[in-house]
Amino acid sequence: MAPLISLLALVGLAGVAGPPAQAADPGVLIAGGRFESVLPPAPDEKIAVVAPFRLDVALVSNTDFARFVRTRPEWRRNQVAGLFADEGYLRQWSSDTEPGTAIARQPVTYVSWFAASAYCESRGARLPRWYEWELAAAASATSRDARRDPAWRQQILDWYSTSARGALPVTGATPANYYGVRDLHGVVWEWVEDAGSMLVSDDSREQGDPNRNRFCGSGALSLEQKENYAMMMRIAMLSSMKAAYSSGSMGFRCATDAGLHR
Amino acid sequence: MSLRNRIVLVLAVLALPLTAPHAGERAASLYQLHERLLNQDGKPIDLDVYRGRKVLVTMFYGSCQATCPLIIDTLRAIERKADPLQRDELRVLLVSFDPERDTPGALREIAATRHIDTTRWTLAHADPSAVRRIAAALGIQYRKLPDGQFSHSTIISVLDAGGGITRQSADIGRADPELVSVINAK
Repeated sequence: MAPLISLLALVGLAGVAGPPAQAADPGVLIAGGRFESVLPPAPDEKIAVVAPFRLDVALVSNTDFARFVRTRPEWRRNQVAGLFADEGYLRQWSSDTEPGTAIARQPVTYVSWFAASAYCESRGARLPRWYEWELAAAASATSRDARRDPAWRQQILDWYSTSARGALPVTGATPANYYGVRDLHGVVWEWVEDAGSMLVSDDSREQGDPNRNRFCGSGALSLEQKENYAMMMRIAMLSSMKAAYSSGSMGFRCATDAGLHR
Repeated sequence: MSLRNRIVLVLAVLALPLTAPHAGERAASLYQLHERLLNQDGKPIDLDVYRGRKVLVTMFYGSCQATCPLIIDTLRAIERKADPLQRDELRVLLVSFDPERDTPGALREIAATRHIDTTRWTLAHADPSAVRRIAAALGIQYRKLPDGQFSHSTIISVLDAGGGITRQSADIGRADPELVSVINAK
């Protein structure tokens, strides 16, 4: 399983200048629109339609999350319900309420989907949906959709296939993309609101599979743009994570519908 | 190892079997989730409406033509296999994925059409965020398709009196003997 482990570990980009840590992420407005996702909405529908939304500029930090658990004790690692978080939850923190100074400004990891969702809700926000995340992450520094740019694609792949050593970068330290969003690539995997919705199955598995009755509706979804390995890995990772799982390479950021004040 | 092989490896993770708690391990209670639902009569109920009894719980949506009628048939098949004494005590909770269309009125109609005994079964409406949390807790995947249908996996769980998810099955179309044995266990 060594290759899998090296795959799951993501490289950090420490040392790149970024904005100072802020109490509340201002977020950026992203217009959305029609978007060709690696995950088609339906077998006969290739284009996803993304409504305007606001997305956090940076990942949620340990400091941000510590503020949350101080006011919401039911999300402390010593009090959290077993249904909502596994035993690894916030294991990197120095105490039940404090991450410790060494990792204060790093992205919070070892958080379950339930905990990440509750954090965003406490801010009047929600986790970004997969299509929102993928749309934002398709941008390079200069282009709204750089997915057909070989140089950009190679850069992404290099990040994903390098094994991580050393600490994660502080939040917001990676360069801003076209929309002004940071940390989308090369830092950690990120929870999305619909992580439990990524029915990944290919035709061979569906054909004559005794389990095919598990799926209702017009068939399970399959992946498109097979050359887009980085996105496929994200989807595979998210699909393999149960909502109570936590991982040292899984963090999150929040989003809101564009119309909502925050 | 090539990138392609790595992806195959990651995809292989998806094929992991359902996890049921091992012997001696306490099953996490679904009732740690505090969700307010509406039953088929429009009455507010809590997710733990059947606390104190064994419960079969799964999710469905009313406008589904194929698998969902089969889900109801499967739940009935499990009931039939249960010992009569256990069967009287057993309750069934079906939560809809589709808050828009499966209003209490629509659920009541399904219950009538399908001759469902609502003294022992509940068809429940939940708001979208509650649907997400309940599905996540039960390990059920679902996705709304552009045509309003849902693509979803089907997992039937047996809860103990305290809501502990003691056994899960992805079998439909037949009564999974493992679920039946958990129901019949004292």
